Amino acid sequence: MFRLSAESFDPAALQRTLGDQRAGACVTFEGWVRDRNEGQPVGSLEYEAYGPLAVKEGERILAEAHGKFPILGAVCIHRVGHLQLGDLAVWVGVTAEHRGAAFDACRYIIDEAKARVPIWKKEHYASGDTAWINCATKGEHAGAEAPPPA
Amino acid sequence: MISVAVQYFAILREQRGLAQEKIATTAGTAEALYDELKQRHGFTLPAARIRAAVNDEFVSAAAPLRDGDRIVFIPPVAGG
Repeated sequence: MFRLSAESFDPAALQRTLGDQRAGACVTFEGWVRDRNEGQPVGSLEYEAYGPLAVKEGERILAEAHGKFPILGAVCIHRVGHLQLGDLAVWVGVTAEHRGAAFDACRYIIDEAKARVPIWKKEHYASGDTAWINCATKGEHAGAEAPPPA
Repeated sequence: MISVAVQYFAILREQRGLAQEKIATTAGTAEALYDELKQRHGFTLPAARIRAAVNDEFVSAAAPLRDGDRIVFIPPVAGG
């Protein structure tokens, strides 16, 4: 199950939904809002998602994880809205008979979700500036494009 | 000329100043429409860094547009 959530959620409750007597391992990942990025102090973060496609792409990633690794269950929830430092931004939980597959699948899901799911992050800096991450163009700081070859 | 609905998110929503609009265009592909809108609204991201979705599914830059399509231009993502 891949879901977007406009409200904070309880990871313990999510983990219980993965309960499975066949499982010998449960690996979870929590992404938190950190107080700096690339040296800049960060005050808060906004997440925005293209809902219908984000959920479709997230479900595809979970299906891929089921195909690639011998896992039993997989869940990923991503927050949208304005989050404060320390808030839980994303949660991934995976169960499997054995820990290796659970670790590998958890890593796969968070890496693919960050790279592919249409969710955007705007950082609000202590300076009052803001920036959409990965969207800077020449002359801006974060993720600025390389200059064209001479 | 076709009529399409364009939805904007994140940096494009802010640079356009609205979240969606109907557009009459002669652009034949998603990329051509992005270039037209980029020029009109001063979007900073080049077409090469934008993906397109039509009717809630990813499409290639060269995908043809049809009358009534719902188009979303997707800036580089940054979840997690």
